[in-house]
Amino acid sequence: MTLGTWFALFIALVAAAEFVRALRRRAIRQERWRRFFRHRTTTWGLGILAFLIIVALAAPLIAPFDPNRQLDIVHLKNQAPSWTFLFGTDVLSRDVWSRTVYGARVSLGIGALGALLAVSLGTLVGALAGYYQRWVDAVLMRGVDVGLALPRIFILLMAVALWDGLPFAALVLAIGLTSWFGTSRLVRSEVLSLRQRDFVVAARALGAGSGRVIFRHVLPNAAAPIIVSAALGVGNVLLLEASLSFLGIGIKPPDPTWGNMIADNASSIYTAAWSTLFPGLAISLVVMSLNAVADGVRDALDPRADAP
Amino acid sequence: MTGAWLLRRLVASVAIIFAVVTFIFILIHAAPGKPCAGQSENVDPAVCDQLNRQFGLDRPIPEQYWRYIVALVHGNLGYSVSLRRPVADAIVETIPFTLQLAGAALLLDFLLGLGLGIYQAGRVNRLPDVIIGNATLFIYSLPTFWLALLLLLIFGEKLGWFPVGGASDPVLCAVVDSLYCLKDRIWHLVLPAATLGLVGAAGTARFQRAAMLDVATQDYVRTARAKGLPERRVVLRHQLRNALLSFITRFGLAFPFLLTGAVLIETIFAWPGMGRLAFDAILTRDYSLVTATALVASTMVVGGNLLADILLGLADPRLRVRAGADVEALTA
Repeated sequence: MTLGTWFALFIALVAAAEFVRALRRRAIRQERWRRFFRHRTTTWGLGILAFLIIVALAAPLIAPFDPNRQLDIVHLKNQAPSWTFLFGTDVLSRDVWSRTVYGARVSLGIGALGALLAVSLGTLVGALAGYYQRWVDAVLMRGVDVGLALPRIFILLMAVALWDGLPFAALVLAIGLTSWFGTSRLVRSEVLSLRQRDFVVAARALGAGSGRVIFRHVLPNAAAPIIVSAALGVGNVLLLEASLSFLGIGIKPPDPTWGNMIADNASSIYTAAWSTLFPGLAISLVVMSLNAVADGVRDALDPRADAP
Repeated sequence: MTGAWLLRRLVASVAIIFAVVTFIFILIHAAPGKPCAGQSENVDPAVCDQLNRQFGLDRPIPEQYWRYIVALVHGNLGYSVSLRRPVADAIVETIPFTLQLAGAALLLDFLLGLGLGIYQAGRVNRLPDVIIGNATLFIYSLPTFWLALLLLLIFGEKLGWFPVGGASDPVLCAVVDSLYCLKDRIWHLVLPAATLGLVGAAGTARFQRAAMLDVATQDYVRTARAKGLPERRVVLRHQLRNALLSFITRFGLAFPFLLTGAVLIETIFAWPGMGRLAFDAILTRDYSLVTATALVASTMVVGGNLLADILLGLADPRLRVRAGADVEALTA
């Protein structure tokens, strides 16, 4: 670690803390967002997420070494954490801290994009099924039944293992396309109850088209469960990617993801635990923050709590 | 909960499993590489050709599909190219291991999870609740394979309390036939089951706490308290009983998760179960073995859901009235 990287790390910490504080100050004005910040874990979760996103974006400033460079495979492999190597070095003498920082880019990127794809698809299918009902509903939901019964990890293993070395985009696509079934069921049941409500009936009576009714009237009112399932989805996708990488079939090495860092160093865990410990801790921290934020959102947007 | 409802659900379940098998069949045949060429050993192309012919892999895909389905309906799961034995044998051999692991994990999951959830709900927002709440949030967020490595490191290597892999002592206990071997099996089971069970228990505890609190504000709970019933009875008979309804649904969902979650855990702990079998089958492009393991896994999912619905109908008289109605809509 050089002075510059320490400084950049410090700036990232301050920026994350300031971000959360600014958000909180604005939130005081609204009852529902006050509820969001009432939980201490939620506030912390938001701060940790903000910090890690800043770290991922500013990776070149915060990582002291090239994440893929093998510094000195004879003398510097499996070094314990020190001031030079904050998280130690791995079995190929690469700096674990730098790899964790760069790994955040890939891991968070896959998590966010995969969940975005899954939630968009799930919302669309759920909205169509719930709104049009009849045969549209029947066909789509039977498809979802099959999707939920698919052993997802098998499908992904097959997709990734059989087509050797999927590029980043294909991995995101594969994960996104197999992760939307639960969301679609959730959205469907939400839409089913919303479409009976007066404001939707009124909008239709005024001559609004189906698209307008769905996107302007129905879906905004189903935002709470969608946002919650998005937050949980990012965590799930991240865990899924890590599992795949751990089985040796995710992103191609040497590019670091938290999952393949654990996989690469699992065999030396008895002698150099740090190189598996820290990436695993990073995954847990992100997933925990996302779960905490999801809890907060669920609380804040719960329509039952708004009633007097 | 009528016969017609059950029959309809059964037919739907079979249809779902059929669709899953079809999907897997298409996917694995669309992938590049054939079982024979996929193996690492150097095999003469002529031998490969002959093997592929022998197993009918040179036929057009629709014909292969038809043959597979016909065989499947007759109860024949096919022949595993990579293991050189019938698929059914391999599955029958590995399934008990997966069930033992899943069963032990489920037991820990539900006992610990339910206990913690109920305990927390009784002390909402007080210190024990906050501490347990944060702990379960953290454990619930751990990647299972990483937790497995940590437990291995601490209890297997550093403390040496438990074995680091395998399902039994290969010399003394190749088969479980004595009390000593039973103990040996349980001893081997502790770490993998704890890994799966702990993460599951954290989720169950969070879920159960929320379910208990949902019920806590209901009128009948207030009535029970107003009648002067002891707190214990209010919690166990009135709150818990109704909170358990949503728990049944969770049970149906947890079962298949344990099975697929076992893919990683079985690989790490060298547990000779179905998850590892499936993983190896995929890597060797063993068509019939992959399809068969997917068939078993999806049967578990569908079966778990069906079981949960039946149990719900038995446990909740309100649902019986609306037999055939959308049960999930009521429980969502």
